[in-house]
Formats: sequence, structure tokens, C-alpha cells
Amino acid sequence: MHELGVVFHVIDEVEELAKQNDVKHINSVTLQIGTVTGIVPDYLTDCWNWAVSKHELMIDCKLNIEKIEAITHCSACGNDYNTIIYGKTCPNCQSSDTYLLQGNEFMIKEMEVY
Amino acid sequence: MNEIRIIEVKQSVFASNDKRANELRDLLKEKKTFLLNVMSSPGSGKTTTLSLIINRLKEKYRIGVMEADIDSDVDARTISKNTGVDAIQLHTGGMCHLDADMTRQGIESFENWADYDLIILENVGNLVCPAEFDTGAVRNMCILSVPEGDDKPLKYPLMFEVSNFVLINKIDVLDYFDFDIEKCRENIRYRNPMADIFEICAKDGRGIDDVCEYLIKQIEEWRN
Repeated sequence: MHELGVVFHVIDEVEELAKQNDVKHINSVTLQIGTVTGIVPDYLTDCWNWAVSKHELMIDCKLNIEKIEAITHCSACGNDYNTIIYGKTCPNCQSSDTYLLQGNEFMIKEMEVY
Repeated sequence: MNEIRIIEVKQSVFASNDKRANELRDLLKEKKTFLLNVMSSPGSGKTTTLSLIINRLKEKYRIGVMEADIDSDVDARTISKNTGVDAIQLHTGGMCHLDADMTRQGIESFENWADYDLIILENVGNLVCPAEFDTGAVRNMCILSVPEGDDKPLKYPLMFEVSNFVLINKIDVLDYFDFDIEKCRENIRYRNPMADIFEICAKDGRGIDDVCEYLIKQIEEWRN
């Protein structure tokens, strides 16, 4: 399952940072996830809740998810449009000479610790 | 009272994997070993196609194969039986893909991996997740078979964006499916204008020689 592997990645990263910063406990972690990453937030949260219970520093650590909308830019006419609705073809000029501006991010934004 | 504070991280989750993948590629380059990552849907003919390719290349190169699956060792045994080359089975423990660390662990579980000229990684059968994690491979190969449909590059864009070359397999059954091979090529190119495309039939061996010739060229470029 995809989300589980992703959760392991995030936990590894934040645990490493926690050690570097002399942290006793991680209360919450905030992720920024683009809408075309293929990550399903509900599944991610389920995996998260299971996985954090196995890590002493992270018992009951809350997961916050901030969505980043997917926007595509058209090189032909300069239009920026919603990727989820129109995909790779520009709704303004029908060109497929387009590229994704944002929406495939998967970032650890911050963590609340003590 | 514990003082709560916020640590700003602002770090891409894929960044650490990308870093490890690049480290692995550097190491492979140093040892002159070419790592080929093979991806496709389940049942597209990965293992059969690889057996044919390996049998044609095994005189020229020392080859090791890593078979990644959620469970079982069927593929490693099939490859070993069909080709006689070293094959190991990696279990992903329920996960749908391999990342750079898992790939490295797999490579290191061969006795002397640096002795191989070519290591082939048969990734988990899945058109979604394996594409999202850089394994550290030198080249990505994707197999798409006729029964799956010519629209797959449109439905699974990332897989075709990250694949350096695509094999269209099972062309012997083209007459029985509504599969437009020109349309399929167009769909692949739409996602990835740089992709090299081959039409093959792993059952009767059609097209395999061309793929091997292409692979040899890629391997030689990497090793020199």
C-alpha cells in the first residue's frame, strides 16, 4: 500500500530531526500535499495513526494535512488553469504544450514538539 | 510544564529518497554496473520478456536479477530456471513499490554485486506507485501489453513520463483486441516525447533482438 510507505518516509525524517533538536515528544506534524500526487489523505491518516503508535517519540502524534491545488500553465497562450478539471490540454487554446506549476508537492511543513 | 515549540521543516518527502537514489547511481557508475528498473502492470509479461532478454545477453554480460513482489518467490525461481543467472527475491512486506534504500539493500544482498555488469530489478506489478520513487536505476523500462488497452499512458501519466523506453508486448493478439498501436505510440509520446518504443511478442520472440541491441548500447554508454 502506497500511503504506508510514504508514512514510513515521513516518520524517518521527523524522527531524525527530533533527535537533532533534542525533542522529547512530537505532538503534531503538518504536511503539504498537492492534489495530483496520488496520495489519498484519508488513507494516509489511517496509516499514520497506526504507524505512530509504534514510535515512542510520536505516540498520539497528530497529522495535519494542507492541500495544494494543482495548477497547469499553458506555454502556447500563457493561461493558468485547474489541472484536476482540464488535465494536460489547455481549456483556452486546446494546446497540449503545458506544464504543471504546482500540485505535485509532498512537503513536511512543520512539527509541533516539546 | 513542557514548553511546546514549532520546528519549521519545509522539506520534500521525496527529497531524501532522491538523494539516496543519486548516491546509489554514483556507486553503480563507479563499479560499472548498469541497473535496469522494469515496471508494468501485473500480467503484462515482465518475467517472460526478461527471460528472453537475459538469455540473449548472458554470454556478453554478467547478470543478476532482483524480483520484487509483495510475497512468494515464484518469479525468482522462474527467472533462475529459464536463464540460469543469479536471481534473488525481494519481499516488500505489503508495500506497492521499492524505494532507493530497499533497492540498495537488495543489491547488497547479492554475494558480490559489483561483479555484475547488469542488474535487473523487476519492480512490483503496478503502474502507479513504482513510478513515484526513484530506485537509483540507470534506466527505467516499462512494459505495456495489448490486452491492457492503448489508453494506459493517458490513465497512468507518471509511469510513462519516467520510463526511458516502453515495450508494447503481446502484439500477436492485436487482432483480437481494440488496440490501436499507432494511437498507443501517440499516447506514450504525448506523456513523454523522449521515450523509445518497441513492439514485441515475448511468446514468439518478435522484437526482442531490437530491444537487446538498444540495451547493449545503453549499457556500453554507461560503462564507458
